[in-house]
Amino acid sequence: MIREFSSADLMFIVSAVRWTLILSAIAFLGGALGGLAVALARTAQGRLRRRIAAGFIQVFQGTPLLMQLFLVYFGLAVVGLPIDPLLAAAVALTLHASAYLGEIWRGAIEAVPPGQTEAATALSLSYKDRMRHVVLPQAMRLATAPTVGFLVQLIKGTSLASIIGFTELTRAGQIINNATFKPFLVFGTVAALYFVLCWPLSLLARRMEARMRLAVTR
Amino acid sequence: MTEHAIIMRAVNKYYGAYHALVDIDLTVTRGERIVICGPSGSGKSTLIRTINQLEPIESGTIIVDGVELTAGGDNVAKVRQDVGMVFQSFNLFPHMTVLENCILAPMKTRKTPRAEAEATARKYLERVRIPEQADKYPAQLSGGQQQRVAIARALCMKPRIMLFDEPTSALDPEMVKEVLDTMIDLAREGMTMLCVTHEMDFARAVADRVIFMDKGVIVEENAPDEFFGNPRNERLQNFLGQIA
Repeated sequence: MIREFSSADLMFIVSAVRWTLILSAIAFLGGALGGLAVALARTAQGRLRRRIAAGFIQVFQGTPLLMQLFLVYFGLAVVGLPIDPLLAAAVALTLHASAYLGEIWRGAIEAVPPGQTEAATALSLSYKDRMRHVVLPQAMRLATAPTVGFLVQLIKGTSLASIIGFTELTRAGQIINNATFKPFLVFGTVAALYFVLCWPLSLLARRMEARMRLAVTR
Repeated sequence: MTEHAIIMRAVNKYYGAYHALVDIDLTVTRGERIVICGPSGSGKSTLIRTINQLEPIESGTIIVDGVELTAGGDNVAKVRQDVGMVFQSFNLFPHMTVLENCILAPMKTRKTPRAEAEATARKYLERVRIPEQADKYPAQLSGGQQQRVAIARALCMKPRIMLFDEPTSALDPEMVKEVLDTMIDLAREGMTMLCVTHEMDFARAVADRVIFMDKGVIVEENAPDEFFGNPRNERLQNFLGQIA
């Protein structure tokens, strides 16, 4: 039943890139919203909110992403909520990204000098206006490089969704390899495609970091 | 309109076990200019920071412009709108131009329309003598210019009371004068001012009352002539000996 690796197989793998990108985009956007909430809770006045956010971060940073995927996918099926692999992967990766981005952004928020918040407070700006107009714009500049760096990790992390049967880039490779048994060629192609996605982002992150360093030392 | 700008009664502030303000009683009359000095760690900055509740207090009463700060509710926000503050480290928002720094709070908290806020900002930038810097970023200005922008930014909220927390301590000597001159102008216009500063010439020139603090206590307070010419407390005598 083993057949030759054809251009149709290559097209199948290449077209699966779009599912990797879609899953990455959902997880990144969801994670950005969740991460902002986590970062704000982590830097909030209320101790309870800080603790809950810290617990959330510890749980999701302290367990393998694969277990998180399994828990969402199989766990929800057991309690009678069968969900499709894309939704399960999107939920698990969003939670994962929320924890990591939350922690990155917490650090960036705390790196904004406290005098900025004090000045904004003395001007009677509300918490919302202080964050929106004073603290977050400055934190964002500090956080851009590590955020892009995390996006690279996230894109590679979507490959784990193949294990719960979601046909993204890695799963597409497995399917073709099972039919052609050309692992070097197939997975080499898959790896190269990940590289094409991630390398420019890594370069961008590095360039941003260098620019940040210049801005800080200026 | 009460005649008292600020009333502090039996105010106590702790940092953990450290007693930072001890039973502070202070009444400031409208239009009065007060200079607060004392050794570092004496609680002078903490004292003025309790007036707009940048530092919460553990006990006592603070009434600003007839509004009881310590009563909670939205009194704190009300008081902060009426109390401008200038910091040692300027604390301008570095990602905004000078003009944007000045119009942010009026637009957000007073809901002033942009055009009006900008006109007010330009007026105050004119008054602190840097109208031409309106479109620059803080990092492009000298320290003295930045501090004058910070004063203009506070004035744009049209405060009735101004707090200055060592406004010239972070400045190079040649820039101290331009900031002090701006503060003197403000004092002459009748602004109620509380200044934490070691600039004793400024105190002599504009203060109605000088307060000396040590270890969280108001040790001595008097009109400048008496304060400098005839200090009674020994710690104040030592302090004046050191900074003279």
